[in-house]
Amino acid sequence: MIKFTNVFKAFPKGGLALKDVSFHIAKGEFAFLTGHSGAGKSTVLRLVYAEEPITSGEVRVAGFNVQEISRRDVPKLRRRLGIVFQDFRLLEDRTAEENVAFALEVTGARRATIPARVTRVLTQVGLAVKAKAYPRELSGGEQQRVAIARALVNEPTVLLADEPTGNLDERATRGVFQLLRDINASGTAVVMATHDLDLVRQAPYRVIELQEGALVYDSAVDEPRDQAATT
Amino acid sequence: MSLVFREALLAFRRAPLLSTLSVTTIAFSLFVVGLFGLVAVNLEQALRQVAERVEIVAYVLPGTPVETVTMAIGDISTFPEVQSATYVSEDEALTRARAELVEFRDVLRELERNPLPASIELKLKPGFRDAEHVNDVAERLKGFGFVDDVRFGRDWVEKLDRLHQIAAAVGLVVGAAFAVVAIIIIGTTIRMAVLQRAREIAIMRLVGATDGFVRSPFLVQGAIKGMLGGLVAIGLSYGAYALINRWLIQAAFFSHEQALAIVGFGTLIGLLGSATSVGRHLRRV
Repeated sequence: MIKFTNVFKAFPKGGLALKDVSFHIAKGEFAFLTGHSGAGKSTVLRLVYAEEPITSGEVRVAGFNVQEISRRDVPKLRRRLGIVFQDFRLLEDRTAEENVAFALEVTGARRATIPARVTRVLTQVGLAVKAKAYPRELSGGEQQRVAIARALVNEPTVLLADEPTGNLDERATRGVFQLLRDINASGTAVVMATHDLDLVRQAPYRVIELQEGALVYDSAVDEPRDQAATT
Repeated sequence: MSLVFREALLAFRRAPLLSTLSVTTIAFSLFVVGLFGLVAVNLEQALRQVAERVEIVAYVLPGTPVETVTMAIGDISTFPEVQSATYVSEDEALTRARAELVEFRDVLRELERNPLPASIELKLKPGFRDAEHVNDVAERLKGFGFVDDVRFGRDWVEKLDRLHQIAAAVGLVVGAAFAVVAIIIIGTTIRMAVLQRAREIAIMRLVGATDGFVRSPFLVQGAIKGMLGGLVAIGLSYGAYALINRWLIQAAFFSHEQALAIVGFGTLIGLLGSATSVGRHLRRV
């Protein structure tokens, strides 16, 4: 589903953002991407959705060869992905349902099918009652749910979440995390970048840890963390 | 397609202030172009009216039979440059002189013999009223045996020619400068609209919008702004024209085609300005 092979990424002004990163995330998997700020988590995600060019190595995502992808094909790749950010990135001047519908309109979905699909995902994220609310009228947790609904509405094979709970209080964090788990349970792969280790410990999911651009730990390959620490 | 128009119109509703500002800026830029256009149109008209008075007079030798002259007029009328050729007999010339030269009325009345020669008066078609063609026709007239002398105010025609050339050159240079300034101002305004929506563009691309999808509403919006700006500019120009007409001088306004050209120019700049602004923005993100 997502496969990084010896990926290097140089900063525009010199230095490496990613150093020889390799991992493979399978279909339907849930993986945490952890590490301190600046470790390269967001860079990994940006390479996945082809926001930045790869310096060397190979990145394959949902059948696309990302290092060779043409500008024309980037939208096609992104329609296979759902992307969620720490700062939600909702359009402030559109209601919750308009924000979600927007993602469908952009992909040229049939007009007649849009309202039903929007209602369905808003129900899925538990926000059907606030469909007509503007982002400023919603709490952080609710805004993130709208963002998740927008990411889901195109039925992506992978959901990328870059610090989705970074701006949320504890209760909202739990709610959003549970939502991501539910989404994963229904078959969508989820890659969640976070530095919230409490959250990571709560769930039995795979952990990929980055440190200064290098992959230093992958629970699918390496020994379990606790044992590694004791030996 | 309807989605593109809806998005374009939504942008007006969502940013009414900036949209109004853009339209106003475009309108005033085009208004300046329009004012200059009005000056050009009126100057051109004035020059044309002056040129209409370009006349060639061929004086006929005394004693030439009227039939000879009439036949020649038939030939002269077929010259491609000639609009009209009129025979003015000696008597008519005298009558006219009496009417026009009031100061000499007494002298003219007491004449025993008419001293004025008969003549052929030629008017040229528009487009042939310049020194070169006038000279050419005059030379041909001299070829007729009964023609004594040909007069056409050579200096005057040449000056008119020169004036025409200067007006055309100044018009072209100043008009082009105004148009360029309008293009720059309008381009900047549209760039502002694009930057204002940079976040939205980023989100659109993130959810998988193609460049074409991102671009089209801006193009439609740019064209609409340009068109509205053009219409307002025509309105302002008409206002200026009405004021000038009322208080200063009798002036002419644009023909329908010219007004349409200004609106078309605005629409085109709006469209091209948007295309380049969005294009540049998309290349950078």
